[in-house]
Amino acid sequence: MKGLDPIILIVGAGFAISAGFAIAAAPLDVPDTMAERVKACVICHGSEDKSGRDGYYPRIAGKPQGYLFNQLRSFRDGQRYYRPMALLLADVSDQYLQEMADYFSTLKQPYPPPERMISSPQEIRLARKLIDYGDPARKIPACIECHGKELMGTAPFIPGLLGLPRVYLIAQFAAWRGGGLLRRHAAHCMSEIAKQLTSEETNALSAWLAARPILENTGPAAVLSVEMTRRCGSIVQRDSIR
Amino acid sequence: MKGTFIVSAAIVCLMGLSLPFESTGASIGAEISGAGKIVRAGQEQVRGAYLARAGNCMECHTAQGGRPYAGGRYLSTPFGTFITPNITPDSTTGIGRWSEQDFWKALHEGKSRDGRPLYPAFPYTEYTRITREDSNAIFAHLQTLAPVSQNNPPNKISFPYNFQPLLSLWRAIYFKPGVYQAEAAKSKEWNRGAYLVQGLGHCNACHAERNPLGATGGDKLGGGQIMGSNWYAPSLTSSLEAGSANWPIEEIIQLLTTGISSRSAASGPMAEVVRQSLQHLSKEDARAMAVYLKSLPESSPRLRSAPPALTEQVQRWFQQGRNIYEKYCQDCHGSSGQGALGIYPPLAGNRGVIMTPPVNAVRSVLNGGYPPSTTGNPRPYGMPPFAQLLRSEEVALVLSYIRNAWGNRAGLVTAAEVDKSREGIP
Repeated sequence: MKGLDPIILIVGAGFAISAGFAIAAAPLDVPDTMAERVKACVICHGSEDKSGRDGYYPRIAGKPQGYLFNQLRSFRDGQRYYRPMALLLADVSDQYLQEMADYFSTLKQPYPPPERMISSPQEIRLARKLIDYGDPARKIPACIECHGKELMGTAPFIPGLLGLPRVYLIAQFAAWRGGGLLRRHAAHCMSEIAKQLTSEETNALSAWLAARPILENTGPAAVLSVEMTRRCGSIVQRDSIR
Repeated sequence: MKGTFIVSAAIVCLMGLSLPFESTGASIGAEISGAGKIVRAGQEQVRGAYLARAGNCMECHTAQGGRPYAGGRYLSTPFGTFITPNITPDSTTGIGRWSEQDFWKALHEGKSRDGRPLYPAFPYTEYTRITREDSNAIFAHLQTLAPVSQNNPPNKISFPYNFQPLLSLWRAIYFKPGVYQAEAAKSKEWNRGAYLVQGLGHCNACHAERNPLGATGGDKLGGGQIMGSNWYAPSLTSSLEAGSANWPIEEIIQLLTTGISSRSAASGPMAEVVRQSLQHLSKEDARAMAVYLKSLPESSPRLRSAPPALTEQVQRWFQQGRNIYEKYCQDCHGSSGQGALGIYPPLAGNRGVIMTPPVNAVRSVLNGGYPPSTTGNPRPYGMPPFAQLLRSEEVALVLSYIRNAWGNRAGLVTAAEVDKSREGIP
């Protein structure tokens, strides 16, 4: 700021003469809604995934309720370590976290357009095979078994895989392979699966998923198969409020 | 002289653990309709559960996300890291083999069961005020908990503080055991409040400045930096900080028990204390505490910073700060810093904002946060974090503006202070 604006000087003079705390303005009218209560969340978590200075803030609208609640609670209690979330939620009750999860799970927001497909035909075939059939020889289930036929997740605990950027998906695979996003947690099925996948496979999957358009009116599938419920018990049992 | 190194106790947070107490109390009450003696014992345990809440024992004796009372919480101090012990009645890893007398010795004399002196990270310098009767009740309650077998790592105390004779010397200088003695000239209510604040509540453990040996000396509730953290626990005796002499009693009670009042909201360590402990106080006890706090004699704050002279440069900074305020803060806190009653704290006249040092205000802007969910305010409105959005210079500008707008006057905040807060101390 080089030249001094006269308005600034007037404002400045205001500081000098005001003595005591004169609050003249009318009290604010704050709506009694969840939208108002989660302003602290949406500063980062908007309708599109965002990268910030210190991290990556995924879009959370429309993700399954139980999944969101588990993440919120794990952030708060330190099982999923991310300091800003832990500080933000430190003194929030389970009941209130449930309400926040409910709110975001039912929030309808348009999805960002899919990324451009960058895969070769072989990579596309590889991705499709893993998504629809998995690789039983290596105990890799088909992605659709847990994440839903439409890949939009399975209520209430399994997140969808579409509408996420390729780099985010690659990073998540790496995190799972490194022992899992959730610490101090029983062996996690997704961690076991990620360890079986090669980086060629995770790259092909990430590119294919990120380029996949989202159909109108799709949402999480309703039921998880018995087999996968057994295998991924450590996630699906974390639904009770302590 | 008394003192403690108690600490970042309240920084990392644990919660959602409200059930064990109430359910314990209820089941005892229900099971013991038989012999009179057992009924008395049951009542003692219920009372002990309440007192343990008032003393906030669980907060330190529970790791983040861990089993209640199984210990394992890390308290970092300049003297080393203390790892809290398991106080469930497990016979090998907890206090299952302790007697009532052993427990009393720990609370009252600061000595372990084997006679070793304890480090004052355990606030026995305050707990020594607790009566024998209350100590027994708390012990009786702890013995009703489900035993948890959990070995916690030993303390990691740095040289020379790990040299035990030094601890004995420290105790000789700074610690004098003694149960709270009622002041005859004061009301019963006032004395109850003093007992809770000085003893069980161990408020002085945070709200007092420590000397280089971690002792609070003769200082009583005069405010101080909380060890191992970048939080400042404001003075409870200065009307420029968190003194409540000029507050209506009802507002003090409201802040203590719900975490929010028309003037301010509890944040950080205090939010945790409200959520874990104070919200569970009986109406009478909350009131007694407020009566005592309100009666504390006025003292001047430890630190004061001179407001800047309003040079052209300073006014340019304020204008830049104001632009940031209008973009990010005004929606919730209002164009005159008026806030919204019981929802968003006012910034005009808010002592937490004007205080020196400004560390708490810096933290609030960087990390945001929700006031505690309490029975009286279960669904609080939150403050967004701005660490990811604003550069340190911008945080300094907006805070300098807020600290000097609408009648506020306080020292400028520097980008260096904001950087220091970002460094990741809990």
